[in-house]
Amino acid sequence: MTQNRTRRVRVATLLAVAGLLVAACGGTKVNTGSSAGSSGSGSHKPCGAVNIADNPWVGYEADYAVVSYVLRTKLGCTVTGKNLTEQVSWQGFESGQVDVILENWGHADLATQYITQKKVAVDLGSQGNQGIIGWYVPAWMSQKYPDITDWHNLNKYSSLFKTAESGSKGQLLDGDPSYVTNDKALVKNLNLNYTVVVGGSEATLIKSLQTATDQKKPLLFYFYEPQWALANLKVSRVLLPPYTTGCDTNAAKVACDYPPYALNKVARVAFVSSGSPAVTVIKNFTWTNNDQNQVAEYIANEGMKDDAAAKKWVDANPAKVAAWLQGA
Amino acid sequence: MTTAVATPPTAPPPAATTTTYPARDPWLSKRTNQLLIVLGVWVVLYLFLKGHWTFQDGQPTTTAQDKLQTLSQNANASRDTNPFFVYLIVPITTVVDAYVNNVQSWLHSVGWTGPTAIATAIGLVFAGWRTALLALLGFVAFGVLGLFYESMDTLAYTLCAVVLSVVIGGLIGILAGLNSGFNAFLTPVLDFMQILPTFAYLPLATLIFQIGPTSAVFVTMVYAVPPVIRLTAVGIREVSGTTVEAATSIGSTRLQLLRKVQLPMAKNTIVLGINQTTMAALSMVTIAALIGAPGLGQVVVKAIESLNIGVAFNAGLAIVIMAIVLDRTTTAISLRTEKQRRTGREPSRRLRLAGYGAGAVLALVGIIEGQQYVWANIFQDSWTHPVSAPVNSATRWIELNVQNTTLAITDWCTLHVIVPLTSFLTSSPWWLVVLALVVIAQLLAGVRIAVVTAVCMLGCVGLGLWYQSMWTLGSVLIAAVLTMVLGALLGVWAGRNAWVERWIRPTLDAGQTMPAFVYLPPCLALFGVGRFTGIVAAVVYAAPAVIKVVIEGIHGVSPTTIEAAESAGSSRWQIIGKVQLPMARPHLLLAFNQGVIYVLAMVVVGGLVGAQGLGLVVVQGFSQGTQAGQGLAAGIAIVLLGVMLDRITQGAGKLRKSAVG
Repeated sequence: MTQNRTRRVRVATLLAVAGLLVAACGGTKVNTGSSAGSSGSGSHKPCGAVNIADNPWVGYEADYAVVSYVLRTKLGCTVTGKNLTEQVSWQGFESGQVDVILENWGHADLATQYITQKKVAVDLGSQGNQGIIGWYVPAWMSQKYPDITDWHNLNKYSSLFKTAESGSKGQLLDGDPSYVTNDKALVKNLNLNYTVVVGGSEATLIKSLQTATDQKKPLLFYFYEPQWALANLKVSRVLLPPYTTGCDTNAAKVACDYPPYALNKVARVAFVSSGSPAVTVIKNFTWTNNDQNQVAEYIANEGMKDDAAAKKWVDANPAKVAAWLQGA
Repeated sequence: MTTAVATPPTAPPPAATTTTYPARDPWLSKRTNQLLIVLGVWVVLYLFLKGHWTFQDGQPTTTAQDKLQTLSQNANASRDTNPFFVYLIVPITTVVDAYVNNVQSWLHSVGWTGPTAIATAIGLVFAGWRTALLALLGFVAFGVLGLFYESMDTLAYTLCAVVLSVVIGGLIGILAGLNSGFNAFLTPVLDFMQILPTFAYLPLATLIFQIGPTSAVFVTMVYAVPPVIRLTAVGIREVSGTTVEAATSIGSTRLQLLRKVQLPMAKNTIVLGINQTTMAALSMVTIAALIGAPGLGQVVVKAIESLNIGVAFNAGLAIVIMAIVLDRTTTAISLRTEKQRRTGREPSRRLRLAGYGAGAVLALVGIIEGQQYVWANIFQDSWTHPVSAPVNSATRWIELNVQNTTLAITDWCTLHVIVPLTSFLTSSPWWLVVLALVVIAQLLAGVRIAVVTAVCMLGCVGLGLWYQSMWTLGSVLIAAVLTMVLGALLGVWAGRNAWVERWIRPTLDAGQTMPAFVYLPPCLALFGVGRFTGIVAAVVYAAPAVIKVVIEGIHGVSPTTIEAAESAGSSRWQIIGKVQLPMARPHLLLAFNQGVIYVLAMVVVGGLVGAQGLGLVVVQGFSQGTQAGQGLAAGIAIVLLGVMLDRITQGAGKLRKSAVG
């Protein structure tokens, strides 16, 4: 035992000495080597930490990738992404976990609660993307069954959409459980012989659409734009009763289509008043659906890492990035 | 269903032999007949009444749900006015948030050499060089997998939760160890906490603490604190009465008694409790990713969302490695304290100090290097070799070559087993299901449990989640039966064959320490999105516990009985079917009980990969404000299902025991 012990101590000491030797030999010091961003343009205020919500769809990830890349490389910010669902992200304005949501889809109730009542968040304006949510079928279906794009005819075709998960009814495939959706209420209020099956994610939706297109399998699904996958996969929208202002106020009684969304940015009040140059960049940040789809395609389809995808787009679009940086 | 498992094979004994097998269990065979009658009546009534008195998916919200919804909205709106929040919750949140954030940012600030050196030093000083080497390799592996940063997030949250659990749980455990009345009160509470499926209290945590470190630590503690309480209490109780008397007679005060006698003698048991608490905490911290806890769990969740099996597997591997390192380190420490206590050979004070000193130097060097130098601060990209790419190629290969078969299995099982059973449960009149389950509970476990069953089932009706509850119950029953079949097969094999057992046991040990999330990605790769994947994951998750109990049961059969049967000319299969399995019945019932609880916990997690039912409602509840009430209700419904299944399966064992004697 004692011998054992002595040996152990000796080994530890040896290791320690070896470690000290390495230390003495040195290497690049942390503070001189890695101050990323100081290479950026000259003399702005230090940026500090920025916590950005990262919601679970690739389009949002594209927003996040590009904005965080610009903040880190041009302003030297420390960016932390918070993997949160969209509604939970709003809670973060109050608890201090989240400084910015880069792509907000409506959420009038949360805006009232956190912007108007609690005054912990503030609208930072449009981020340029136009959001569409709706029900879709793969394009081959609307060619084969031309009247399927009218919701009145959905019941006629419900047997086409039967799956193991939906049983005797037709299946309406939804995405992530956290997404903005009225689908259950719609199925009920429009008396459709369908049942909503929640696939669990955007990736499931895209994969199902891919299979439905390749193998000509029927599929009725919830989908949205901006959406990179629509570049290769053609779809037709199923028209629900048209949206009118206020028709979706009562969540349980909704019987109309989704409104168009002007996607916007929302930030924490304390963050906005901190004077960080990141606030200016985020205020200025705006891009088109095509821009977002491009970056999303890099990430999801080409398997690029966030930073690599962002760099590729930023290098190709210097004018846009320069406009965001104005005044920062 | 339940009967299928509780029934031992009852083929007529071969007439020619005169072997006296142990008598058929009269209790069970009587019950079996009665159960068959109940099921028969149920099926007949179902055929006549199906589709009447049923609830459909998307039934209007009930009063209970509306109340819960109002509760959650009020909680959210009155966060800065309600004294409960202002004076209790907000201060707690502030302190715990700061505590976790500090530990987390400190761990990040010391680079990768810091934590690695500390872990190695702890291994070296407290556990021995083998453990130290394992810790060293494990921590380097986090870096090599490209997940050092995320691993430290997970480690920080785990450690914070463990420290709080040990402090709070230790105090409660000491009280329970000293006070029998308190202990008697505490035991059912801890039982309840341990059968609570982890998913059930996520919505509650976000309601009280919102998202953030405190919520994560809270849910982790609910799950992780029972072992340390239990084992501390047990450890103190086990100190022999004579020792305590001796100490009291020489005039020790109560505090002295505790500090100098009871706690030191219970040390080993307490360390075992800390080990179990640590493993539970790690498992829960990964699930807490769903309410915003950072780290490896988030990587898994995000990868599952993008169906990137490679990345999910890579992170899963890191979780496994962390589980092994934490388990081995805490186990080695407890083994050493045990050995030193028994042999009474504590190393001399000087040597001990030298050991601490060397460890401290090693740790310090690592920390300073990590803070100062780039190579030690950031694990270089060029050193990383995540396994995502090869796993993704393997997945692609599976998709091309195996998936047709596995997806066909999925479809077949879904269509021919899951769907019929689910629709049997959901389109029977609800009162018929309640009635049938109550009668089954009465037969298997007695009147008291029948009442519990009635309350739980009516609770699901009242919560407005009958349809989802039946949906989940169907999956749980299928997974439980599959688990039992698998568990019995492997358990008997390993129980009869020492060589097999030697190989299988470490796998089972490892399997039991694995966090639930680890099982999802491979199952998803094979079986696609849907209920079946959740069921398979549940079987894999529950199997180790079940197999272990079955092995115990087989070992418990006395060798003389087997010899007697052998000498009477019984074949191997006769011995298994007529001697070993029947005699291991109590263990089989216990195994079924454990299996059901594990399965329920995992089946609801299947809500993440396209399984509908209560799990999905929970997930929707904490991600959609308008459905928070439903989510809370679903959490309660899961608890009700868990309590019912646990009481029935446990009651069956107890009732049989008291009937058979």
